[in-house]
Amino acid sequence: MKKKLNVQTRKSFVTYALLLIVIIAVEIMVNTGNISSMLQGLLVPICVYAILAVSLNLTVGILGELSLGQAGFMCIGAYSSAIFSNLVKDSITEPMIRFPLAIIIGGICAAVFGIIIGIPVLRLRGDYLAIVTLAFGEIIKNVFAALYIGYDSAGLHISLKSQGDLNLASDGKMIINGALGISGTPNDSTFEIAAVILFITLIISYNFINSRTGRAVMSIRDNRIAAESVGINITKYKLITFGLTAFLAGVAGVLYSHNFYSLQASKFDYNLSILVLVFVVLGGIGSVRGSVIAAAVLTMLPEYLRSINKYRMLFYAVILIVMMICTSNATVRNFFVRNFEKLKGLIIKKKSAGETAKEGE
Amino acid sequence: MKFAKKLMALSLAAVMAGSCLTACGDSSKADGGKSGDENTIVIGGSGPLTGGAAQYGVAVKNAAQLAVDEINEAGGVNGVKFKLVFEDDEADPGDKAINAYNQLKDKGMQVMLGTVTTGSCLAVIDKTKSDNIFQITPSASAQDVIKNDNAFQVCFTDPNQGKASADYIADNNIAKKIAVIYDNSDAYSSGIFNTFKSEAKEKGLDIVAEQSFTKDSKTDFSAQISAAKSAEAELLFLPIYYQEASLILAQCKSADFTPKFFGCDGLDGILSVDNFDKSLAEGVMLLTPFAADAEDEATQKFVKAYKEKYKDETPNQFAADAYDGVKIIAKLVEKESIKGNMSKSEICDKLKKAITDGFSYDGLTGQGMTWSADGAVSKNPKAVVIKDGNYSAL
Repeated sequence: MKKKLNVQTRKSFVTYALLLIVIIAVEIMVNTGNISSMLQGLLVPICVYAILAVSLNLTVGILGELSLGQAGFMCIGAYSSAIFSNLVKDSITEPMIRFPLAIIIGGICAAVFGIIIGIPVLRLRGDYLAIVTLAFGEIIKNVFAALYIGYDSAGLHISLKSQGDLNLASDGKMIINGALGISGTPNDSTFEIAAVILFITLIISYNFINSRTGRAVMSIRDNRIAAESVGINITKYKLITFGLTAFLAGVAGVLYSHNFYSLQASKFDYNLSILVLVFVVLGGIGSVRGSVIAAAVLTMLPEYLRSINKYRMLFYAVILIVMMICTSNATVRNFFVRNFEKLKGLIIKKKSAGETAKEGE
Repeated sequence: MKFAKKLMALSLAAVMAGSCLTACGDSSKADGGKSGDENTIVIGGSGPLTGGAAQYGVAVKNAAQLAVDEINEAGGVNGVKFKLVFEDDEADPGDKAINAYNQLKDKGMQVMLGTVTTGSCLAVIDKTKSDNIFQITPSASAQDVIKNDNAFQVCFTDPNQGKASADYIADNNIAKKIAVIYDNSDAYSSGIFNTFKSEAKEKGLDIVAEQSFTKDSKTDFSAQISAAKSAEAELLFLPIYYQEASLILAQCKSADFTPKFFGCDGLDGILSVDNFDKSLAEGVMLLTPFAADAEDEATQKFVKAYKEKYKDETPNQFAADAYDGVKIIAKLVEKESIKGNMSKSEICDKLKKAITDGFSYDGLTGQGMTWSADGAVSKNPKAVVIKDGNYSAL
């Protein structure tokens, strides 16, 4: 007989299946040419934002700490991998080798920074943590915006002042040009790779949540003192979660930087961090599936509102408010739940009625 | 609770699926509309219509529309009329600029006028290159913007502006001790600063204070101003946008610091800032190719038409650049007798050959403008001073 899967596992498999269906549907649309350029251009960003939202959900939903530094980690992943790709693009011409290496480098750099930042920061809790992570994100962004890196036959030149201070030889090439950022990164990101990485992110997240580590992390969220009293090393588990979040955000950054021709640090401001937090909150704190869906919907929404021109951002805000109310207000939600149950009851009744009728034949 | 989540998930998924479907519908419509119409060429424009830099995007959009209407009223060129579609890119240097571009493509863009800001333009140039769309930007001024052979500029490149500013200050003996306040998080501002600095060194100008700020700290400039003041600068060079410049001017006044002020084309528009005391800007010099009160006939005609159409708004340099941009496209289309049913790539190949092949254009922002294959325009910069609340030529 069929073995009954546990609830968590079933939930994760439903998500995988849903995602797979959407990916296949999009693939079919792309291959048959039934897709607008705009939607096609949105595919990779949607995956990037979904990965960001899922990874932030680990910190916000599972660890229960508010982090506003997501854009900073994404920035580190984006920049480190773009530097790598620009350095090796002449020696490694095969994107299938170069890009996975870039992803690993971007992810690891972000994770290292996540852990370095996490050691002092995770001593704080609640609002304090949120503010400090926000500050760290801004520091990272501003450092990259002021950074000039070039290389020539003598090796790498780094300056924080201006392009002229690099003293590059005549064969030198700029890699990071201050606020102008990096340009010429090979466009290795494709929807297929982004989708696979999103899939892997989901697998990592679900397995993390349902693991021994994940349960320990959740126990810290639910009652820190109780968790400490049963011997859970709080700092360790917090750092693991924070590091994992940073790693995945870094990977998202890699996908992002290799999707566009140019990369500028000004993109990774606190607005981006807050946008990702909005995805998480709207999708339901702690819900992996919700994060993905919210990221996809809210990334597409402003683009589809283009037809109403200058009222676009106004409508976007209004829709956001309505969505937030609908998902958090108990009365509104109960209304939907009641009707949904009624509907469900009706369907089941019909089904069973049909079955008895069949038996009667 | 669980049901609620499921329901939410379902409904969101439905919204998503629905939006996908509508997207397909739109695209097929757009595709159907553009093919075969030999008498319409679609010009796509992209710029910030919302957010901090909106004034530029709106000016470009308005002026481009004005130019398109004028051409169409006169019967088009060789019977071909133009249609302008304009999308908001929020001056974003990443995915939003690409989204706007993709939307334009879905709307059947054949020639691109844009983007307005440098950051967005850098994000888009590789796309126009791979799609082989002719691109002429009215105001994105970084050098990198024109690195592909299909992209051309109406405005000066940043290095040119920085160099021209230093030259102008040195040649006219305006000041010797110079302080600079620039935005080091902005491509435009730091681009000008870099070349200004190296040219100033060569011309023997003394930069006594280099002060920077970033996009996130652009409201309080007291630290930068006091540094410039204590360095006894005679001239404050502001290679920044007008929003910040208006604050700096006000804060300089309250700090009792009265140097000469000198800026680049980003300062254009400072007189239309809401609640800005225009007397503060008195005597500010800026390097811009366009002055709305210039005496020549073309400028006067343009300013009059623009004011009539857009509620007495005085057009700024961005508007003039955009107007020129559309007119340049029209002239080239006429020269090559391009029809609307040609493919984007065919149009691009013809236009980019035509613009470098002895083409010269007399417009609002310069006489005898010519383009070399690298995409940069050659024309003379004009210095403008603000006098009695108006821009007037120096």
